[in-house]
Amino acid sequence: MYKILQKQDLVPHVHLFKIDAPRVAQKVQPGQFIVLRIDEEGERIPLTVAGWDREEGSVTVVVMEVGTTTHRLGMLSTGDTITDFVGPLGVPTHIDNYGTVVCVAGGFAIAVIRPIARALKAAGNRVISIMGARSKDLLFWEEELRQASSELIINTDDGSYGRHGLVTEPLKELLEQGGIDRVIAIGPSIMMKFCAKTSEPFGVNTGVSLNPIMVDGTGMCGCCRVSVNGVTKFACVDGPDFDGHQVDWDLLLARQRSYLDEEKLSFDQWRAKHGV
Amino acid sequence: MAKLNLNRVDMPRQDPKVRAHNFDEVALGYSPEQAKEEATRCIQCPKRPCIAGCPVDIDIPEFIKAMSAGDLPEAARVLKDRNALPAICGRVCPQETQCEATCSIGKKGAPIAIGRLERFVADWERDNMPADSQSVTLPPPTGKRVAVVGSGPAGLSAAAEVARLGHDVTVFEALHVAGGVLMYGIPEFRLPKAIVQAEVEYVSSLGVKIELDSVVGKMMTTDELLNEEGYDAVFLGTGAGLPMFMNVPGENLNGVYSANEFLTRVNLMKAYLFPQYDTPVSVGKRVAVIGGGNVAMDSARCALRLGADKVYIIYRRSEEEMPARREEAENAQEEGIEFKLLTNPKQFLGNDQNWVVGMECYQMELGEPDDSGRRRPVVKEGSEFNIDVDVVIVALGTTPNPLIAATTPGLDTTRWGTVVVTDEATGRTVKDRVWAGGDIVTGAATVISAMGAGKRAAADIDAFLRG
Ligand SMILES: Cc1cc2nc3c(=O)[nH]c(=O)nc-3n(C[C@H](O)[C@H](O)[C@H](O)COP(=O)(O)OP(=O)(O)OC[C@H]3O[C@@H](n4cnc5c(N)ncnc54)[C@H](O)[C@@H]3O)c2cc1C
Ligand SMILES: Cc1cc2nc3c(=O)[nH]c(=O)nc-3n(C[C@H](O)[C@H](O)[C@H](O)COP(=O)(O)OP(=O)(O)OC[C@H]3O[C@@H](n4cnc5c(N)ncnc54)[C@H](O)[C@@H]3O)c2cc1C
Ligand code: SF4
Ligand code: SF4
Ligand code: FES
Repeated sequence: MYKILQKQDLVPHVHLFKIDAPRVAQKVQPGQFIVLRIDEEGERIPLTVAGWDREEGSVTVVVMEVGTTTHRLGMLSTGDTITDFVGPLGVPTHIDNYGTVVCVAGGFAIAVIRPIARALKAAGNRVISIMGARSKDLLFWEEELRQASSELIINTDDGSYGRHGLVTEPLKELLEQGGIDRVIAIGPSIMMKFCAKTSEPFGVNTGVSLNPIMVDGTGMCGCCRVSVNGVTKFACVDGPDFDGHQVDWDLLLARQRSYLDEEKLSFDQWRAKHGV
Repeated sequence: MAKLNLNRVDMPRQDPKVRAHNFDEVALGYSPEQAKEEATRCIQCPKRPCIAGCPVDIDIPEFIKAMSAGDLPEAARVLKDRNALPAICGRVCPQETQCEATCSIGKKGAPIAIGRLERFVADWERDNMPADSQSVTLPPPTGKRVAVVGSGPAGLSAAAEVARLGHDVTVFEALHVAGGVLMYGIPEFRLPKAIVQAEVEYVSSLGVKIELDSVVGKMMTTDELLNEEGYDAVFLGTGAGLPMFMNVPGENLNGVYSANEFLTRVNLMKAYLFPQYDTPVSVGKRVAVIGGGNVAMDSARCALRLGADKVYIIYRRSEEEMPARREEAENAQEEGIEFKLLTNPKQFLGNDQNWVVGMECYQMELGEPDDSGRRRPVVKEGSEFNIDVDVVIVALGTTPNPLIAATTPGLDTTRWGTVVVTDEATGRTVKDRVWAGGDIVTGAATVISAMGAGKRAAADIDAFLRG
């Protein structure tokens, strides 16, 4: 059993959980993920780590509600426990002194890009972070990400705060100005795809963190197959970070839709049971 | 002595028409009368050839003698003396090629049904003997600590044995339950999960600590266990869990599973109880399973039970070369699974949603024998034909997950990724204080061979720890 040391609602439908998991906290690095299971009947779902405290022995994840498991998580509180919390999994994000790096984060990924931005800055990079959300009320951790970066650009799709428009626009401007050595983009697959498409003509290496459906997260099932440069990879052990210019995005997007009917059935049943 | 009876007592099984729709155990086990009748067929040969056929040297005549005498507690004791997991072995051992193959009655008639008898005794013990009367007296603690990586049959038997010799044992398991393939691979209808967990509890009752959710190589390395966490020896029993694919076009379509994924969803995550259990699995109406081993049979029979209308086994050789246990292949056919032999996929066909809708296959014929001594299947040119399917399960075998080898400097591995041991009788690797056994050493093999390797390593670890 793993105890929730702290639960915090960051913005509507996005929650932070600090979990008591000393062994994971000891080892975790930026860009790695964990797999959790709420209880005996629950599904195993992967979440990228948003932070950790090695001394306290805690690991922090930030979860956006999308279906049954993430909504069930949203109903838990500080002091509750979950059955399983496994990690750290996946290969850590490669941290190096590249020069100037643009970190692009969309939605809940604002949380998971922070440790990466911080590590890149500590390695000597100039880190320009771009954070984006649909509107102002979905933005969180502005100060936290500002501190982790050298510069911060904020975008909202509806223009309610910061720049108006998609994160690919400031990314494109920065690339046009030149002097960018690397891009790291994390967020919904469609956002990562368009960030990669934006940087491709400039030939700037673009790391993305892929999020296919997973089961074990240890290389045992092959559910997380993605195609990179025409070669099949298991995202949970070979990734989740890959070169965004080589990813077969259409395959990833199609495979993510494998269980739409079942997910809807499960979610409808959960909603009926909880009257939401 | 009574007259030699050449016919074994049949074991009742669920009717094929009924069992094709449920996950309850297919084989129902002997009644006490049937067990006793079968036990009395054993002639207690002085040479005891059956023992040589058992990879863990169970004193077979001795436990059968106790059964004939009606002393089931004694029969259970004899079994447990050699085999920590008799209820499992009695069900899934390929007895026909092991203990029963060497039984002397086999020369004239049907060998003694040793597996069925073992199963009966183990089940009887679980139902009738309170846990405390089962507890063995452990020797005084030696103060030595052993880490076992993986809780499949190799790891469990190594852990049980090392603990019984007085050492302090911790098992690290990557998944959220202990048991390895016994939990995630072999389906409920062949090996009920409650039985596996009862056997795991027995191992725990010996003082073995089991740490779940612990991926060695990620959470800590083998070297850290030895050098920082104070373990005196490490046993690696992480199995062969990496699924192989064919590398043919269309293999990443939605609806194309590895057998590991399909079986994990169904058995470990209980997708057959979806949506009560929240892990989904695509059932499909027309399912093709590629392969001819036990894993293929299990996948096909699961798909049928989940409600598929038509399930094919697609195998590139003929029935004779099929590696699956005969009994399980027959069970599958009885349940209505269709075998398409001498058939091999050329590619998988998808629709615009990336879902598999069909499979283009070659007809094969058998050519000259290959390295394995079996006749090699060769493509019949121009023989392509299509099959409509909406789920494909690829069951072509597995190799060891590279994680342990990649994070344990000093281990020697083969080009198939298996870990090299210097001597099969000890399971020692070339790395100091590290032993290995089971599928990680042999590649995909059997439950009992993994257990045997675990036991042998345990004996050598004990000798090493006592200097
Ligand atoms: C490496 C990785 C890191 C991730 N990090 C985060 C994170 O930090 N924060 C966050 O909010 N989300 C993260 N996700 C996505 C998160 O795992 C899914 O949102 C979650 O599994 C959805 O489960 P559900 O039951 O709530 O929704 P469902 O209704 O079951 O699914 C909604 C959608 O989520 C995806 N999904 C479903 N099941 C899984 C699964 N077992 N594994 C992966 N994706 C699945 C599917 O595309 C599906 O259509 C990550 C995914 C991956 C692979
Ligand atoms: C579907 C199927 C049907 C089968 N049917 C039969 C049968 O009828 N009869 C028979 O005799 N054999 C059968 N087998 C084969 C048999 O199950 C295996 O040979 C046997 O389980 C091997 O045992 P093992 O302990 O070496 O490995 P496994 O059972 O594979 O156990 C290894 C364990 O180690 C864990 N692990 C892996 N990596 C790590 C890590 N890095 N850190 C921590 N833990 C880790 C895994 O999660 C797993 O729990 C079948 C196999 C399958 C897949
Ligand atoms: S463990 Fe297996 S091989 Fe040994 S006696 Fe039992 S069934 Fe036979
Ligand atoms: S070989 Fe067969 S008959 Fe002889 S002792 Fe063994 S089980 Fe009994
Ligand atoms: S999630 Fe199973 S192999 Fe990656």
